[in-house]
Amino acid sequence: MGGDKADVWQGTLALMVLKTLEAMGPLHGYGIARRIEQTSGNLLSLNYGTLYPALLKLEQEGSIAAEWGVSENNRRAKFYRLTRAGKRQLEKEAQSWGQTTAILARFLASTEDPT
Amino acid sequence: MKRLRAWMMRLGGLFGGARRERELADELDSHLQMHIDDNLRAGMTQEEARRQAMLRLGGVQKTKQAYRERGTLPLVENVVADLRFAVRQLVKHPGFAATAIVVLALGIGASVAIFGFVDAALLEPLPYANPGRLMSVNESSVESPRWPLSYPDYLDWQRLNKSFRSLDVYSGSGYLLRTARGAEQVQAERVSGGFFQTLGVRPMLGRDFYADENRPAGPDVLLLSYGAWLHRFGARSDAVGQTVDLDGRAFTVIGVLPREFSFAPAGNAEFWVPLNRFSTHEKMRTFYNFWGIGRLRDGVSIPAALAEMTAITKQLQRQYGVTGRELSVSVIPLSEILIGEVRPILLTLLGGAGLLLLIACVNVASLVLVRSESRRREIAVRGALGATPLRLVRQFVAEGLLLALFGSLAGVLVAAGMMRLLGGLAPKDMASKMPFLGGVGLNAHTGAFVAAISLLAALLLAATPAMRLSFQKVRDGLADGDRGVAGRLWRRVGANLVVVELAIAVVLLAGAGLLGQSLYRLLHVPLGFDSNNLATMRVAAPGTVYKDDEQTLRLYREIVQRVSSLPGVESVGMTSMLPVQCNCAIDRIQFPGRPYHGEHNDVDERHVSAEYLATLKTGLVRGRFFTEDEDASKPGVVVINQTLARKYFPGENPIGQRVANEESGRPSTWEIVGVVDDVREGPLDVGTWPAEYFPIYQTRDHSFSLAVRARQDAGSLLPELVSTLHQIDPNLGVSDEAIMNEKIDATQAALLHRFSAWLVGGFAVIALVLGVIGLYGVIAYSVSQRTREIGVRMALGAQRGSVYRLILNEAGWLTAFGIVAGLVCSVAAMTLMRKLLFGVHAWDVSTLAAVATTLAVCALLASYIPARRAASVNPVEALRAE
Repeated sequence: MGGDKADVWQGTLALMVLKTLEAMGPLHGYGIARRIEQTSGNLLSLNYGTLYPALLKLEQEGSIAAEWGVSENNRRAKFYRLTRAGKRQLEKEAQSWGQTTAILARFLASTEDPT
Repeated sequence: MKRLRAWMMRLGGLFGGARRERELADELDSHLQMHIDDNLRAGMTQEEARRQAMLRLGGVQKTKQAYRERGTLPLVENVVADLRFAVRQLVKHPGFAATAIVVLALGIGASVAIFGFVDAALLEPLPYANPGRLMSVNESSVESPRWPLSYPDYLDWQRLNKSFRSLDVYSGSGYLLRTARGAEQVQAERVSGGFFQTLGVRPMLGRDFYADENRPAGPDVLLLSYGAWLHRFGARSDAVGQTVDLDGRAFTVIGVLPREFSFAPAGNAEFWVPLNRFSTHEKMRTFYNFWGIGRLRDGVSIPAALAEMTAITKQLQRQYGVTGRELSVSVIPLSEILIGEVRPILLTLLGGAGLLLLIACVNVASLVLVRSESRRREIAVRGALGATPLRLVRQFVAEGLLLALFGSLAGVLVAAGMMRLLGGLAPKDMASKMPFLGGVGLNAHTGAFVAAISLLAALLLAATPAMRLSFQKVRDGLADGDRGVAGRLWRRVGANLVVVELAIAVVLLAGAGLLGQSLYRLLHVPLGFDSNNLATMRVAAPGTVYKDDEQTLRLYREIVQRVSSLPGVESVGMTSMLPVQCNCAIDRIQFPGRPYHGEHNDVDERHVSAEYLATLKTGLVRGRFFTEDEDASKPGVVVINQTLARKYFPGENPIGQRVANEESGRPSTWEIVGVVDDVREGPLDVGTWPAEYFPIYQTRDHSFSLAVRARQDAGSLLPELVSTLHQIDPNLGVSDEAIMNEKIDATQAALLHRFSAWLVGGFAVIALVLGVIGLYGVIAYSVSQRTREIGVRMALGAQRGSVYRLILNEAGWLTAFGIVAGLVCSVAAMTLMRKLLFGVHAWDVSTLAAVATTLAVCALLASYIPARRAASVNPVEALRAE
């Protein structure tokens, strides 16, 4: 993964994490990773290791908060949950993402049209 | 906002890294476990489940690394690591670190200390309101560019001028203060009423003068200086309203001046009295006794004010028919008067300190360079292991910064000590003329200066090895055969540095040599009298007691008789002013029978007793001294010095001729009865003036000095002399008891010269030591680099003598370059500071030759040690070492 792509990926990954937490409620890192894979219909093959720095970044920015708890299988795990600031950020980013994709879609459609 | 928060968190993450790491390990562990659980449930074997989980995670260590970098600020962490490594390096090489820090501390300390004085004296504004507009406004003549005013002239100037918002005068005066313990002579300053308003100073207690207090015959009131309030009134607030007995008159205290107030020309004046009583001559237009200050109106320039005042003066001279003075006017910033004298000295010292700082930095830089050289291999290895050049350079920068930091911290300590030491060197009465001494210390200005020079030092120390490093390819560092290349390169850089160091050392040595010679010559100028075993003191007789001439004469005679009969006293003389003080109390004389066109025949005027000149052991050239019975009933007589005789009676016998003046406002003539050797009346660094000596029995001063010739130690006589005088009359004010030689040593000229000679001398010694150490370092390094070459040469049959020559040749060239460059710079530098030189030229050949020789000898010694080491190289060992 090149440096330029990483930034985009980091941004989208963060958005996916936030969305996942909104949908699922508090969840541990492994759970988040699996959920993202499932949601993407296994199209996205996530390298789980990259998830943790992203989680740390979100935590540092105050969008998510972490707490140790016990998983459904009785394993000790660190659970992440969306904070109020995170909720706001999710809304903002989802909207801007929607705009971006819409613009891009229209753009791609228009360049293919003239034929 | 979000970014900031994250950044703060990361900054916080610099601490507690271990805890976070443990937590991540736990988290990853639980992640793996959950994944393995899932995989097992999907039917994999234990081993396969684990392998798959690890694969998907993408490596635990890599994740940890990415997490760590996100957790903190890697840059900061690296810098901290660099600094930590630098500290370890310094601790591991305590000799290098200590040398570098001490050298830097000396250089920084010296320059900061001197800067402290420069700042206080030249940069800090005077403690008055808007001091830039304050001017010294005085008359001016060809001989004396700044000449006091007469009171009538002052009044006219004040009335006629439009350039100054206010114009005031001051004049020093001594009074006899009556205290519980008897009379005491005190210093006071008589000032015109607006004096403090002009300066913009308000009394901290009480009030300033009222306008009517300044008119002739106004009330006797005074302001106390802060010191007088503290010491004479115990700082009591009820001091205002009390009375002080000065010269038998009761003065009412109306106020106390603030603590920070000082006015250098007034020295330690304790009482400030309005000018409202005038002696007969003070009312005369030709009695110049008052110094003027003025505050320029807004928008008026100095040249404009000068032009206006000159026109006024010309008009006044025409109007009142004042002849004999081609007076013009001087308008100079007051600050120039207050600090002009010390400026060249301070700037010279600052220059010297700057050079010292430079030499110190160069020295430490070359030390750092030598060390970076010996770490070439280490650097190369680190480079080969993947350290980026930036990272390597940063390492050196960190070390440079650390050295500069510790050096400046130590330097601040040195500076604080030096400032206290130097400030204490100035004797008290001289310190009172330099009020800025109180402002010397560590403050915002000196702090900024410290920061600036530490930064420069840090840059220099960081840049030197960093530059050196970039010359060099990592590969070369690892290869063995390149030693010649790198060595030669360093030798060239290092050699240039050493030449600079030696040149600076030459400049400082030459400066010290010339200043030392100036001091020596100054202290050995012919005095015209024997200053050994001479006790002196000032005596003031209260005018209220000694009202008429008879009483005064009786006092004189009793003093002479009682004092000369003391055991240990050889003889005693009285004078209106002791020698080696100043060319003041000036008389303008004419010669009856010669045409007079208003020439400036200004001569020193002294009133002396019959025994005075004999007591000084001044040689009589012609004629006779006075006799005891030549008092006012006899015709006026005068003794002149040789300079006067030569100047006004060239090729004539002056004995029997007459001079005329206005004594106490009355035209008088005096017959010349004797010619004596030139006694140096003025300061040491000024040529002898013509002087005339009148019999004190004919002039009858109430205030005079005693000169007592002791048989042995004059100092031990002083207490007895004082008590004898008080036995004669307890109302006599006695002050300034001192022996003549100490008095001469304490004159401003001697002090300033001594001060600068010692300081520059100190700088020079340090510079010499540093320069020679630098040379030693370069040569020693060069020898260590050339060991193999020397070994080969010797193996091929070179004699020890030729090895010596090889090394000494190298040192010789460096030294020669350094000395020649230094000599050229010295002549230029010394020309700049010629104001401080006395009786010696900037290009004094003997001094420069001595400096060159000293440095050459020291350099030879410094390079002899490594040369010896080179010559004793065992060729077998040297070659095997490879």
